[in-house]
Amino acid sequence: MKIDHTATVLKCYHCGQTGEDTLWVGDKPFCCYGCKAIYEILQENDLCEYYSFESTPGVKGILADDTYTYLDEPDTRKKIIEFDSPDFARVRFQIPSIHCSSCIWLLEHLERLSKGISKSEVNFLMKTVAIDFNPQQIKLSQLAHLLTRIGYFPRISREKETTGASPSKALLIRLAVAGFGFGNVMLFSFPEYLGLDHSDHTLMRMFSWLNLLLALPVFLYSASGYFLSAFSSFRQKQINIDVPIALGLFALFSRSAFDIISASGSGYLDSFTGLVFFLLIGRWFQSKTYETLAFDRDFKSYFPLAVHKRVATELKPTVIYELEKGDRIWIRNREIIPADSILLDEKAYIDYSFVTGESRPEKVLQNNVVYAGGRLNGQPVSFVVNKKTSQSHLTSLWNHEVFRKTEESKYKKIIDLAARKFTWIVMGLALLTAGYWYFTNPLHMWLVITSVLMVACPCALALAAPFTYGSMLRVLGRYKMYLKNADVIERLAHIDAVVFDKTGTITTGQTPEIKFTGGLSAEEFSWVKRLTSYSTHPFSTLLTKHIQEQALVIVSDFRELPGKGLEGTMEGHALLIGSPAFVGATPIGNSNASYVFVSIDGEVRGYFSIATPVRKDMKAMLGRLDHKCVALLSGDNDSDHDKMTALFPAHTKLLFNQSPHDKLEFIRNLQAQGKKVLMVGDGLNDAGALKQSDVGMAVTDDTALFTPACDGILQGDRIDGLDRFMDLAKASTHILKTAFVISFMYNAIALTFAVTGHLTPLVAAILMPVSSISVVGFSSLAVRMSASRIMSLKK
Amino acid sequence: MNIIILLIGISLTIAVVFLFFFLWSMKSGQFDDTYTPSIRMLFEDKKKKADTNTKTIK
Repeated sequence: MKIDHTATVLKCYHCGQTGEDTLWVGDKPFCCYGCKAIYEILQENDLCEYYSFESTPGVKGILADDTYTYLDEPDTRKKIIEFDSPDFARVRFQIPSIHCSSCIWLLEHLERLSKGISKSEVNFLMKTVAIDFNPQQIKLSQLAHLLTRIGYFPRISREKETTGASPSKALLIRLAVAGFGFGNVMLFSFPEYLGLDHSDHTLMRMFSWLNLLLALPVFLYSASGYFLSAFSSFRQKQINIDVPIALGLFALFSRSAFDIISASGSGYLDSFTGLVFFLLIGRWFQSKTYETLAFDRDFKSYFPLAVHKRVATELKPTVIYELEKGDRIWIRNREIIPADSILLDEKAYIDYSFVTGESRPEKVLQNNVVYAGGRLNGQPVSFVVNKKTSQSHLTSLWNHEVFRKTEESKYKKIIDLAARKFTWIVMGLALLTAGYWYFTNPLHMWLVITSVLMVACPCALALAAPFTYGSMLRVLGRYKMYLKNADVIERLAHIDAVVFDKTGTITTGQTPEIKFTGGLSAEEFSWVKRLTSYSTHPFSTLLTKHIQEQALVIVSDFRELPGKGLEGTMEGHALLIGSPAFVGATPIGNSNASYVFVSIDGEVRGYFSIATPVRKDMKAMLGRLDHKCVALLSGDNDSDHDKMTALFPAHTKLLFNQSPHDKLEFIRNLQAQGKKVLMVGDGLNDAGALKQSDVGMAVTDDTALFTPACDGILQGDRIDGLDRFMDLAKASTHILKTAFVISFMYNAIALTFAVTGHLTPLVAAILMPVSSISVVGFSSLAVRMSASRIMSLKK
Repeated sequence: MNIIILLIGISLTIAVVFLFFFLWSMKSGQFDDTYTPSIRMLFEDKKKKADTNTKTIK
């Protein structure tokens, strides 16, 4: 039987979630004390407009206390605050939970909430709020605490956010100057385009000089990056791709300048400025793509910055890396345990999902070891630090030597090769032709050399890769797959073995499947909910959330028997909820899920089965991967074995009870067989494997929470398109190759014309941006087309 | 034909002014956040109620 949802579903007025116990303020329901508290704060300060922009805009409130006192320690404070003076300070907090216009409104009206705040400004896209405040009236910790109280937890990372002009901003200014020069130079070149140069000589001279004037900032400022890069590569006695570009640009500009100054022509400054403009657009495109995809790879920022250390009878906030063995620490609900420690209190529930990816909290008893990275669920408890953080097993896994993937990108190799060989060839060619023309027709020599240098400059080659991979990264980002950089696309294209993790990857912990088998009335369901709401056991929490029926009955004789279940009496009925042995039922043999039994007045009434379901459309996707799908590595026991056998192709190895190290070894063995491995996982227990694999893909349901060891992040509900993404990566390498061929063709054909003196520098210079644009246009278009073709294939 | 010199002077001046304004807006951070202001302008500042009503969190 399914639960009868007759009772009205009450959505929290603040956060929109349904809660265990509905609390009321006037006619407004709240799911928990946290949300109610936030509402009351807002009401008290006349800020209820917050609820008028969006319905239920809030972030689920959690009652907070003095977590942030460490912010007032001078060292920490210095790292976080942007500007500090005795009566004015500015701080920028990262607040991941900013999500709607109500958030913006509330966070920009902070001054109504507390004295000392003068201004607050939200950057919605960056999810930050910059707050100007008076440190004499409100302390930094109070500020952070205030934000927490209204439901916006600031994420404070020890590493200072980079401030000031970003490289892309400087690039944009360069681009603006180049665009300005390009546009105006073209304008002044019109008479020449139209062949009017004989009509008024002085005017033409003036135009030429104006062009030179306009091109000068482009040459000195916009293009300086190329010259500097070429120069530094000379100093390292190497030649990079920028050398021919710099040489071409230099030749073009100096040739034009010479023409204009010597009054022998009008130069090719339109081509020069246009070239710089398009080259910079390519760069900007690239950096923009990287910027949007840049993600925090700092593992340490996942841990809280400080914990409470017990010194004598006091609690003192202490930075994690200062913790020593033997220190006593006090951890509260939902805090992460910073170092391997021994539990001092009777028991604690530790959620290791951050470390192992398994979502079920583990129960730890007194004097047992708790590992770093676990998150406490429930009552605050005390620990004794067992190992310094740097030595804990988590960091040792993290510090494993599989840190860097050394394999060089192929397209970079091609470009480098082209740059190295091509440059010498081009220069040799230019010299040869110069020699030839010197003897046959010295008048033409300079013209020909310039044409050769300009036409041979492999700019299109340099643009092809960033444009192709850049637009591919964007396309993939639209499908919720975020890759670290363009190299990953290339590696992804060569994958021939895919290895999956189970929990969180194949299955999802987000929507646990809870089914009730048996017979209970609505009233009896409400009793079950009442009883489970008393317990912090993870299954109780799931059930409390799951059951909709509400009741406010008095529970007497409540007892929670660890490892067994709950008991209590309500309205004269004795309820038992828990394991079959505890309730007195016969256990269920086929254990695809976990079972919780319910008995009322000694009679077994049924059971809840709790299972984490397989994600949608997994089977079809795995089928399409077919022989590439090599293995399933699960840290879990094999209770899901049958379900997985049905899901995976027959040849796939299904391995259970795998430790992080086993996973890493498995990947390494595959690689030793010459396979290119894609590891798809979710948790940090895959960290080693994700790093070791050629491409490590982290699957996440919560984009704010990603695993740092990966090469890419894939949103959980898009994993059914994994094979498509691999096809796309493959398609983009084909596109890139075609683009290379096109640009080589351009160069080769144009070069033959140039060498034989049939190509004036003007035509050469026009041909240059045209070839660049056509290559760029081709690659962007081809990527888009192949993306829509591949992604629209039937599933 | 002299008029063309004047026109060129004007057009260049305007172009330079625009370039200058673009660089200025770039540097003053107007392109840092292109989304939030579009929402912020929709907020209507409610008239303040009597001052006795404003409390602060301590």
